[in-house]
This record gives sequence, C-alpha cells and structure tokens, in this order.
Amino acid sequence: MRNEKGLFRRWLNGQVDWSAMLEQDTPAAATTAAAETVPYHPHHDMASARRAIRCGQKAYTVLAIVLCLIFSAFMLLTVANLPSYGSDSAPTVNEVAERYVEKGTEETGAVNTVAGMILDYRAFDTLGESFVLFTAMCAVTMLMNVPGKRRVRKLDQDTMDYYQDPIIRTVCKLVIPIILMFGIYILLNGHLSPGGGFSGGAIMASALIIYALVWGGERASRAIPAKALRIIVLCALGFYACSKTYSFFTGANHLHSIISPGTPGRILSAGLILPLNVAVGFVVCCTMYSFYMYFRRGEL
Amino acid sequence: MSFVQNFPFFSIILCLLCAVATFVAGDRWGRRLTIGLLSVSIVLQSCVLWFCASNNTSYAYMMGHYPAPWGNEIAAGIIEPLMALLFSVVLLLSVLGGMDHILKDIPADRHHLYWSMVDLTLVSLLALSYTNDIFTGYVFIEICTIASCALLSAKDTGRTLIASVRYMVFALVGSGLFLIGVIFTYSITGHLLFPQLHETIAALWAEGTYRFSMTVAIGLMTAGLAIKSGLFPFHFWMPDTYGRATPASSGILSGVVSKAYILLLIKVIYRAVGIEVFAASGIQSVLLIFGIAGMIVGSVSAIRSKRLTTMVAYSSAAQIGYIYMGLGMGTQAALLAAFLHIFSHALTKPMLFLSASQLADASGGHMDFPSLQGAGHRNVTAGVLFTAGALSMVGVPLFIGFIPKLQFASAAFELTWQKWPVLLALAISTLLNVLYFLYTAMVLWLPQKDNAAFCPQERRWIASAPAMVLLAIGLVIGIHSAPLTALLQQGFALFCQY
Repeated sequence: MRNEKGLFRRWLNGQVDWSAMLEQDTPAAATTAAAETVPYHPHHDMASARRAIRCGQKAYTVLAIVLCLIFSAFMLLTVANLPSYGSDSAPTVNEVAERYVEKGTEETGAVNTVAGMILDYRAFDTLGESFVLFTAMCAVTMLMNVPGKRRVRKLDQDTMDYYQDPIIRTVCKLVIPIILMFGIYILLNGHLSPGGGFSGGAIMASALIIYALVWGGERASRAIPAKALRIIVLCALGFYACSKTYSFFTGANHLHSIISPGTPGRILSAGLILPLNVAVGFVVCCTMYSFYMYFRRGEL
Repeated sequence: MSFVQNFPFFSIILCLLCAVATFVAGDRWGRRLTIGLLSVSIVLQSCVLWFCASNNTSYAYMMGHYPAPWGNEIAAGIIEPLMALLFSVVLLLSVLGGMDHILKDIPADRHHLYWSMVDLTLVSLLALSYTNDIFTGYVFIEICTIASCALLSAKDTGRTLIASVRYMVFALVGSGLFLIGVIFTYSITGHLLFPQLHETIAALWAEGTYRFSMTVAIGLMTAGLAIKSGLFPFHFWMPDTYGRATPASSGILSGVVSKAYILLLIKVIYRAVGIEVFAASGIQSVLLIFGIAGMIVGSVSAIRSKRLTTMVAYSSAAQIGYIYMGLGMGTQAALLAAFLHIFSHALTKPMLFLSASQLADASGGHMDFPSLQGAGHRNVTAGVLFTAGALSMVGVPLFIGFIPKLQFASAAFELTWQKWPVLLALAISTLLNVLYFLYTAMVLWLPQKDNAAFCPQERRWIASAPAMVLLAIGLVIGIHSAPLTALLQQGFALFCQY
C-alpha cells in the first residue's frame, strides 16, 4: 500500500479489488519467504544507511546548536526584562510575602518561616511534592526491581571490598551514627531553624547508603527489610494525608481546629509542622535509600 | 458551605490514600481498591457537578486555614467537575476494558505497582481539573508525568522501554518549560493563584510594563503544555508511546492524560492570563497555525503508517491539532468546540485502542494491515466497535465526532482572516481521516484469507463491554448533544468569574 493517493483515486473509480491488493501485499509485509523476491544488497543498503545516519546526525547537531542559541538569547533577554531580584520594588514583595514574614511565626508557630510556608500556608503543594517522591519510588521499583535474580554485575566484582579495609570500616562505624543523629536533629528542628523534612531525610538516607556501600547490599537488606521500608512509607504518607485532611477540612468549613501553634521557639510547638516534617523526612529517606538499592542491587 | 462542596477535596485525598494502600497491598486487593476508587470518584464528581449545575454556582475551596493569596485553593464550577467526571469514567472503562491485557502484558510482580500508578494518575487528573493555583498545577503535572511513564513502561519489552524513554524526555522538556514560565510569571506578578494572577496580569498589560517577559512566560507555559499533550511538531513520541503500550495504558494516555494538560492550559489561558492578553500576545495565532499543521501532518503520518495502533496513535496527533486550533481561534464558540472535541476524543480513542488490541488478538497478535484482513469476521464485536469508532473519528453524523466538527465549522464563520484556513483545514483533515479510517474499516471486513492460520479466539462478550459503554455514551451525546452543549455554555459563564 505504498501509493495511497493513487489507490484512493482508483478506489473512487471502482477499479480496486481489495482482496487482490492484499494478497499481493501480504508476502512482502508479513512472511520472510518473500524476502527472496525483493532484490536485497546488504552492503549497498548498509553504506547508504550509514551515510544517511551521519548526515542526519550532522544536521541534528547544527540544528540543536542553533535552537539552543536562539533559546538562550530569548532567556537572557527575558531575564534582562525581569524586575531586579531582591529589590524593594519587586512585584514579589507584596502582601503575600509580607504576611509570611511578619505574621508567619505568630500564625503557624514556626520560627522557620520557610517551614511555616510550605507545611502550613501552602501545605497542599507540599503534600503533592511528597507524593511526587512516592510516585518516583513506585516507578523505580517497577522498572528496576529484579527480585531473586541477583544481578551480579562487573561493578560488584571490581569494586574494592570496603568492609575488609580497617580504616573505612572504623571510620564508617564512627560516622554513620553521627550522620543519622544530625539528620534527625535537622528533621526535628525544622520548625525552629533552617532545615526540615526534605534536607533531614536526605541526610539520614546518606547514612543508610554509606552503610549499604560498606557492608554490602545483602547485609543492608537484612538490617532494613523491604517490608519495613514499605510500612514506614505507608505510615508516613498515610499520616500526612490524614492529618492534612483534618486541617484542610476544618479550614475550608471554617470549623474550630484543635491544632494550635503553641509557643514559638519550643521544640513541641508549631502544631502539625513537627510531625509533618518527620513524615516527609521518612518518605525522603526511604525514597533515596531505595533508589540507591534498586540501581545498585536490583532489589531492596 | 454544603457538604457536597467538600467532595473534590475528598476525592483527591481518597486517591492519595488508595495509592499508598495499593502500594502495600497485594495484586488482587490493589485491583479491587483501584476499581472501587474509580467508581467512587465517578459518584463524587457527579454529585459536585449536580450541585454546581443545579445551583448555577462556582466556589473556591480553601485548602487550609488561610484565604486566597496566602494559602492553596481548589475551585469547582461546572467545567471542573464535568472534566473530572469524564476523566474518571474514561479511566475506569479503559482499565476494565484492558484488564485481560494488563494481566497478560505486565509481569505479575508489577501488578500492584501498576494499580498504584493508575491511582496516582487519577489524583493528578483530578487535581489538574480542580486546581486554582498554578504551582499546584505544576506539582500534579510532575505526578502525572512520572505515573504515565510508569504506566507505559510497565509492559516490559524493549520497544516499550525505548518509547517510554522518548516520552519521558519530551514530557520533561515540557514540564521544564512550564516551570520556567511559572517562575517568570511569579517574579513579574508576585502571585500564584489564578484570580490574583488574572488581576495583576491585566493591570500590568494595560500599563505596558514587563510586556516582553510576560509574553515569553505565557509562551513558555503554552509550549510546555503543548509539548506534553503532543501538539505538532512535538508529536513524534506519540506513535511508539500509544502504539506499544498495553491497551489500557494507551487508552489512558491518549484519552485522558493529554486532555488534562490541555485542560490546565485552558485554565491558564482563560483564568490566569485572560483571553484578551493571550490574544494580544500573539501566541493565540501561533497555536492556530500549529494546530492546523498538526491536523494535516498527523493525518498524513497516519496514512503512511503500517501498523494499526501506530495509525490510531498518529490520528491522536491530528485530533490534538483540532483542539489547539479551537484554542487558537479564541472565540467562545471555538472553545465550546474544543471542549466537545476533548469529549469526543477522550471517549472514542480508548475504544479504538481497546478494540484494536482485540482485533490483533484475533489475528495472531499481529498489528499490520495484511494480517488484519477479515479480522472483523473473527471478532465481530471488536470489529463493529472499531468501525463505529472510525466513523466517529471521521465525523459521521449520529456519532460523537460529528458534533465538534460542526461546531468548529460554525465557529469559523465568526472569524476574520482565520475563517478560510480553518475551514480548509477542516475539509482536508476530514478527507484524510476518511482515507485512513475507512481504509482500515474496509480491511477489517474483507473476506478472510483461506490460508489464515489464526487460531479462533475464545470470544468473551464481556471483554468488549467497557468499550461498548464508551460507544453508547458517544452515541447518546452524538444524537442528543444539546444538554452537554448547554451545560458547557453554562459552565463558561462561571469559568471566568470567581
């Protein structure tokens, strides 16, 4: 069916016998036996194909460079036309930012305005963001999970056995608890100082990744079983969604909420922000750790 | 506040909880949960739609204790629950119709993850329908992107993986451009919620300050969403993406996911930027040109394709072109036509993909046209469904595809210089549609080949039931389109006033 338009004209004139046409087409398209009837020159075809590919690649490179130049020129022009960053007269310094900065601590109870903003004022966005992480985790699990079949890769044999090295082993034994501690501190102190769930979770995950790197994936799997990770994620996200349901529901229906900001500056203050930070931190930690394990080992 | 007004928010939270529960639960419970969730979502959206339509009201729903410029918000009028209802219905029917293939194509240990991804796709679709905040829109675009890539790559074959990598690259470029656009918009206006953005942008445009950056920002957001929904010349990910995935995923991706991006774009154009500014920025005309080009190029590519699903996928590119042409025309009649086309395409495409896969099953799993000769005789239900879908796509009266084409044509007469290009494009595109859809339909109903060595399939009538429901909805709208048109028009009046 190469020349569809000619075909169409003939079809309009009633000259087309469809069955015959298809009979004629079938061998070329479907069966391998028909390949003999078509003259086939592998070398000629390969050479022309290679030439075409080379030309295509050259054209592609040139076009890509031109496109990038045009795009960057546009971007630079736009940035030049934007209001200057950080100035008093910038449009971003408006009633929105004003209230976040001036009333943020009073209304949310969080000394760290950023935490108050992302976990209280705009909590729905952050709920979405933590589900972005969850989605990514599911997608990676779907693609990379090869349970049972240990994918022994060249990488595994070539890398040094870190566990045998006394310096690395000793230093890691010392450092991992400190990193974990630091991560937990950032997590719990998110409403009082810079930090919070995302950064604290990432730091905690780095401790777990170091453990898996030095002591090997198998031992890490035994220490942190896949099921436990799953349950942690379930609890963290479930808690996040449920507590925010309460907060959104009372907010939208103008009901009284039992969550109070507390005394700003105390560790147990800022209402839901502290537990939400912990939940987000666990989700981030599990996501990063499972990414490492899947890419490295193929299973949790 | 009436209790029904909580339902958009309930449906979103319910999806999130179900997605997490499905991730932990096994395959069977995951499936039950997902199908239950989709059904519940249909009920909830219908309630909201009924509430808003009968009271002729729209409302903004505070997500938290802080009002509009400070906190997040979702909004519901008539358009939003209507689209959410459409998305839920199509998602449910695609999943039910493609169930056999989901169980067959996807490795068993991935089933619960697949269901989790369906839940997450639903939540992103609902959130994109209801959002009243441009950054919330971006967050759920991210979820939608990742989830749809996973829906695609769940079928573990080489070609699907290549297709999903390609889809991911295009989708990420789209998200990136959209995000840059959002950042520019924010730094010019200082707002993220649609009503505030609308006011500020209108004031800035009248004043004439930052006009260039504003134009670039609008252009970037439009381009980002256009790439993600597959407007020409960014439709090259379509054939592999839609053509190689498991039929349920093809139906979901082509039927609803691309429409959700278009819906967000419509919200950005009409609610955030404002149609006057959008028209004055010149991007509207660009959309019109690319839409028309997409209609023609998509159809030509469909004619040249050798596989059934590839052809159906390329035809999606053409149909997306129609919708963008409607947005490019810029009048309310054209917007109505674009919405009707979203309905028509969302209801017809999954049906085509589902019946195409059944026809291929009846032809030994082959998708090329010679093998499909006479497939309609081997699986009569699927053949009839595909033919009906093809007729609808062509725009034969009585089928749903006729309604938007009629609306497009009548909307074109209100325009000035755009009148003739639009009418010409409609005529050419319809002719090209006839060429490839009718050709396919005829191939299906030719006499079977004598030497056909295809094993007769055990025919399960029930397997075609979801596609039949899609056809029935399409026929009802096609025969009696006045209620839907009236509802949409009532919705437009509410769409821009909050």
